[in-house]
Amino acid sequence: MQNENLKPARKKIPRNKIAEQQPASRIKNFSEVELGFTTEQALLESERCLMCKKPKCTDGCPVEIDIKGFIELIKEKRFSEALEKIREKNTMPGICGRVCPQEDQCEKTCILGIKNEPVAIGKLERFLADYGIKNSKNNSQGDTGLKNNNSKKIKAAVIGAGPAGLTCAGELAKMGYAVTLFEALHKEGGVLVYGIPEFRLPKSIVEGEVEYVKSLGVEIKLNSIVGKTYTIDEILESGYSSIFIATGAGLPYFLGIPGENLNGVYSANEYLTRVNLMKGYLFPAWDTPVKKASIVSVIGGGNVALDSARTAKRLGAEKVYLIYRRSEVEMPGRIEEIKHAREEGIEMVFLTNPVEIKGENGWIKKITCIRMELGEPDESGRRRPVKIPGSEYDIDTGIAVIAIGQGANPVLTQTSPDIGLNKWGNIIADDIGKTNKKGVFAGGDIVTGAATVILAMGAGKVAARAMDNYMKTGVW
Amino acid sequence: MEENKILEKSVLCADTVSLIIFSPVIASKAKAGQFVVVRASEEGERIPLTIAESDAAAGTINLTILKRGKTSSLLCSLNKGDYITDVAGPLGIPSEIEKFGTVCIIGGGVGIAPTVPIIKAMKEAGNYVISIIGARNCSGLIFEDTIKKYSDQYHVCTDDGSMGYKGFVSGFLSQYLKENPGKKPDRVVAIGPVLMMKAVCDVTGPGGIKTIVSLNPIMVDGTGMCGSCRVEVDGKTRFGCVDGPEFDGHLVDFGLLNSRLNIYCDEEKVSNEKYMEKHECKMKI
Repeated sequence: MQNENLKPARKKIPRNKIAEQQPASRIKNFSEVELGFTTEQALLESERCLMCKKPKCTDGCPVEIDIKGFIELIKEKRFSEALEKIREKNTMPGICGRVCPQEDQCEKTCILGIKNEPVAIGKLERFLADYGIKNSKNNSQGDTGLKNNNSKKIKAAVIGAGPAGLTCAGELAKMGYAVTLFEALHKEGGVLVYGIPEFRLPKSIVEGEVEYVKSLGVEIKLNSIVGKTYTIDEILESGYSSIFIATGAGLPYFLGIPGENLNGVYSANEYLTRVNLMKGYLFPAWDTPVKKASIVSVIGGGNVALDSARTAKRLGAEKVYLIYRRSEVEMPGRIEEIKHAREEGIEMVFLTNPVEIKGENGWIKKITCIRMELGEPDESGRRRPVKIPGSEYDIDTGIAVIAIGQGANPVLTQTSPDIGLNKWGNIIADDIGKTNKKGVFAGGDIVTGAATVILAMGAGKVAARAMDNYMKTGVW
Repeated sequence: MEENKILEKSVLCADTVSLIIFSPVIASKAKAGQFVVVRASEEGERIPLTIAESDAAAGTINLTILKRGKTSSLLCSLNKGDYITDVAGPLGIPSEIEKFGTVCIIGGGVGIAPTVPIIKAMKEAGNYVISIIGARNCSGLIFEDTIKKYSDQYHVCTDDGSMGYKGFVSGFLSQYLKENPGKKPDRVVAIGPVLMMKAVCDVTGPGGIKTIVSLNPIMVDGTGMCGSCRVEVDGKTRFGCVDGPEFDGHLVDFGLLNSRLNIYCDEEKVSNEKYMEKHECKMKI
């Protein structure tokens, strides 16, 4: 209200541009591309907000963050309170501020965006999260209290320490449950550590969020593969009242074309896991190697494909092709990542689809591709790509990365045949995460198929509430 | 007692070491044919190791390791009381164990170790067990006492003839099948180097003896997430970690397996040289 006098000038402030590492230098390192708003920029950007009486931005947010509320607090320089305002709805602002597709969510519905550019909500969220890390002493006080209040001792289990699992575990711990989080890998974070590269989401940010969840009293069991090390029934029998399954989309799809098993052909999951989780870009200081080549072709048009292409560039590739069977408008990747990829010299090859991978002595040499044109819309509403007969041609390449999507990993569900699955192997759960098995909830990519981090977090949160209700009442 | 602690170490021969690891959950779950994924340090790679023996009562598993590259050297250098950074499992589909009749189980080199639980389980299921183990020389013949104990017939082969049949296990098997035409095994299980498993399949193929091999492709997560361990079986792509590690040997594309096992040859050399340098420097100090 004290800012009333600024009203006339407000719209004239252009959207603040976030500082970035320049393309020529950033393709030589794995450090974060975006450097974050300065305090001055954050304050200036917050002034752009129209403070709508009925803010539309919150409607666009999958976890309904009080966006107007936190921006108002930024304006008043009450940064810690602004961060707490976000944390009421979202425990991982440092991650969401970086990887959410804001252009399809909050910023899409921002009223300012109708005539001008929308408020940089994501960048402000990130600014607050970074502020919180820098001033972490003030930030963790409330958490210790929560841990000590953990006296109910009703046990709940969460399977998978990715965005959905971490969120759910954190929420349950806050409610006072004794939570055990089972993680198959040797490190927590799921796709945030094995999939999304350091240059887009620094692992220190993820570690910070994991520490926060631990500070709430969540016990994390690493190297625990549910379906192998334990089964769902064993967990239920050992005293856990309810389980949330959030095992993600951990099954790489391949093209099913000849030559796909040649050396030098990777699934994006493998390529990114080697580089991100296993720190292959630091080989030989770290032990896990990853192949490098002067020409790398990535197949796919989503964020995983863009991450793979930009990773290849940073590993020293001179030419990186991104081969996508549809055109640019249909690309599911974030606009910002497409822009970043272009700046970094990634060559987009649209309306093109591989039909065969050719090799020599066991190693990939060429990808035979066929040109496509767009036909009638398919079930996704996007125009279906159709092959142009006789348009095959070869692309020389030293490495191919297949990034055409991930399905549901069956390791857990194979040993729990009583949990209902759809025809793609995804767990069937209702809108609060309930499966057909009593006490068992599920959410995130294992239910929806590969989607976004924020949707997974939202599912974790909704399920935590439903689990709380179930554990309190026993009503299924 | 703490998880992943090495309770015992024994050097079986020049470059093969057995580590007895306290890992009660895995020990209680492990079945013949399954493996674990381990990391030997914070910067370490994830490698699969087949479980050689497990003791649910003691809460221990035996991992038998051949010193080959950096990670295996590092594991072999660990001692009693040390910890393995990460051990995850048990992974893979267990061996198919039932009363087949006569089962011939063949182990070559460090591949002898994972035959031990299969020999035990096949014997306990009521099979007549013929065990054939082979190594370069007699010092490489490991787990002899246990294998003898659970086998109805026990044969050894050495490349140099220092003990038993002089030559490869496949050569012995071929001779055995010729000399005992009436005693055709109902099933053969072969574990060892790729060329050995292929040679065994070449011997059993013409007679149509079902032959199971345990594949050792390069893995990262070991849970079906990455596809590094792709193998071709009957012309179809399968994941060694979740669809295997055991497959019908007569349907396996061994050429592809061999080729994919050599993807990181150059990098392994770099890693190993770096490790040896450091190791030798330490020795000098």
